[in-house]
Amino acid sequence: MDIAGMDKSAGEILSSLEGKSLSVKDRMAIERQEMPSQDPNERIRNMNEVALGYTENMARAEALRCLDCKNKPCVEGCPVSIDIPSFIREVAKGDYKKAYDVISASSILPAICGRVCPQEVQCQKYCTVGKALKNVDKAVSIGRLERFVADRNTDAPIPEVAPETGRKVAIVGSGPASISAAADIRRNGHSVVMFEALHKTGGVLSYGIPEFRLPKKLVEKELDKLGKMGVEIRKNTLVGRTRTVHELLGEDGFDAVFIGSGAGLPKFMGIPGENLVGVMSANEYLTRSNLMKAYDSKKSHTPEYRAKRIAVFGGGNVAMDAARTALRLGAEQVDIIYRRTQEEMPARKEEVEHAVEEGCNILMLTQPVEILSDENGKVRAVKVRKCVLGEVGKDGRRKPVEVEGSDYEIPYDAVIVAIGNASNPLIKLTTDEIEVNQRGNFIVDENGKTSMDKVWAGGDIVLGAATVILAMGEGRRAAKGINEYLASLK
Amino acid sequence: MYKILKKEKLSPEVFRFTLSAPLIAKERKAGQFVIIQKGGDYEERIPLTIADSDREKGTIDIVFQAVGDGTHRLALMNEGEEIENVLGPLGRPTDIKKYGKVVLVGGGVGVAPLYPIAKAMKEAGNDISIIIGARNKGLVIEEDEMRALDENLIVMTDDGSYGRKGLVTIPLEEIISTGHVDLAVVIGPAVMMRAASKVTEKYSVPTIASLNTIMIDGTGMCGGCRVSIGGKTKFVCVDGPEFDAHQVDWDNLMARQRTFRDFEQEEHHKCHAVYGIKEGEA
Repeated sequence: MDIAGMDKSAGEILSSLEGKSLSVKDRMAIERQEMPSQDPNERIRNMNEVALGYTENMARAEALRCLDCKNKPCVEGCPVSIDIPSFIREVAKGDYKKAYDVISASSILPAICGRVCPQEVQCQKYCTVGKALKNVDKAVSIGRLERFVADRNTDAPIPEVAPETGRKVAIVGSGPASISAAADIRRNGHSVVMFEALHKTGGVLSYGIPEFRLPKKLVEKELDKLGKMGVEIRKNTLVGRTRTVHELLGEDGFDAVFIGSGAGLPKFMGIPGENLVGVMSANEYLTRSNLMKAYDSKKSHTPEYRAKRIAVFGGGNVAMDAARTALRLGAEQVDIIYRRTQEEMPARKEEVEHAVEEGCNILMLTQPVEILSDENGKVRAVKVRKCVLGEVGKDGRRKPVEVEGSDYEIPYDAVIVAIGNASNPLIKLTTDEIEVNQRGNFIVDENGKTSMDKVWAGGDIVLGAATVILAMGEGRRAAKGINEYLASLK
Repeated sequence: MYKILKKEKLSPEVFRFTLSAPLIAKERKAGQFVIIQKGGDYEERIPLTIADSDREKGTIDIVFQAVGDGTHRLALMNEGEEIENVLGPLGRPTDIKKYGKVVLVGGGVGVAPLYPIAKAMKEAGNDISIIIGARNKGLVIEEDEMRALDENLIVMTDDGSYGRKGLVTIPLEEIISTGHVDLAVVIGPAVMMRAASKVTEKYSVPTIASLNTIMIDGTGMCGGCRVSIGGKTKFVCVDGPEFDAHQVDWDNLMARQRTFRDFEQEEHHKCHAVYGIKEGEA
């Protein structure tokens, strides 16, 4: 159904319920409002956003499905504890401004989180409606409603800032953890300088997540907001090289430092042929397309590796982003090679569905064992091995077991490796005092404080590769710690 | 913003810019590099070695050859104009210490990044010999600066139009075969570094090569710069740019450098056509 039709049936639901006092049964009977989206055949030829967003009728109809539970299980599932039933109640009433105020009390990035949060494993997982209907896919669409509210309030005033305290905080990185930390610290009246290595701010929101999933103008808008609050942004500063944490706290006179530098070191499989021409990390492939705008080949001066048959290794959101980008850049065949089954994929279900709708193939229970070269050192094929699922591992997922003698070759002309990121070593190398775990992730206490005096951290540098909302939650936690610390100084 | 304080044309297609970049000037050490992005959303990021710096004045010098679209358009910029983004210093500095006898070999535009290393090696008390090479006389750069460090500087040209005729490997082998050498440092086109590395390997002289690869962010994030060193994958931006030359998989390095050759050639021709630049000039 097209968006007009979806809007019309939502309108019919609304008028049939108008003026009635709704029982739980009435609310449960309302059909879940699907997200209108661009047609798959159309969207693989453009970079525009796939999900189009609810209309007002759809949002209000969906909002009426919320039971406004007293115990609010959904809030428990939200990493930043948004008062979900309250904002949804305002949406149902049609007071979108008030709904926005409720969300903003807890989240600084609703337009972004409404789009990229994995709600099905967070708030929506605990939704009573979904539980009652025994299907998490029938939970109230909290994320879609959040996005609707954010998109309705793009001109919302910037958050208030307390009088200047004279204290200075350095924020390292400008991704989701840093954005939320910067906002919360600035609100308390401390002066905030945000350091970014690249020529553009936003971290993974800018270089990693594609335009068709998160329009960059939204990211820019959020960062503008920080600027208007008085946060100073310094690009081209790589902490660990241009400045060290010691210099920031010493000669540069910062009272505290928050490190939100992200994961940022792509992992490879360690199989033969991984350095052949045509093998890229998903970070490289996506950075070329997103940050360097290589998808716009008329304007961009950075090339993207163009190929017809592309293999993507991995089953996470980044693998889906890379595969879907590849289709849009003209690949004829895109195979997502994953050693478990679709069930175990760490990617959001919606992302996997979108990838499949668009024409990506998923080769399940398949493990790449070697990348084969042509006579010029370029990718010619991938040798893969069949797997079966074995015993349940520590993470609760069944472990893949390789089947000996099941190897076969599949021809490809490019390979994108999307099996995750390790932590970037640059800051640790120049800051011995910060304790890290075996994986190189920073170790922090319950307030986000590292083992080094005056230094807090959050986001992927602490969690390993995780999600935008978890990073935001970490940024807020550390900001609270920093605000308390600064308040305790005389 | 990073202002171009001085622009010099070292050869028909090689330029030297002095940029205002106080923080980088303060922190940089020999062997490190920067990434330049002219500004806006669509410009590429170009890794360039720092050729020199002045802490007091807060300046760094970059030397580049106009080979692709990005470097050609960079060459069209003038004194007083500003480059929006310069990130650095990147990479690990050269391990400068007293080795004893050090031979430094530079080819083409690689002579520029070799200069700060030669200077630092000399200051550390090493006995240095410098060999520089170029395709022809017009492409020889930094001869005076290098001669100031080594009065016996050897200049080689492929066509014999200046200095001695031939490749840098000829005098390199002469020096190594006639006296003890503790370390060789080679910077230049991959094919030249490979040839020089073969010579030093024959005489078991430890050798450092500074590698130049595809690179986007320069912080370890993209992995485009990975090289195979003794069978292990390393990132040039965070682990390098200098590696043990005898451990480098040169064939793989050269193949990877050519990844976007078709695109680059197309852009190069387009660039010459658009700006009316003659081939071989910028």
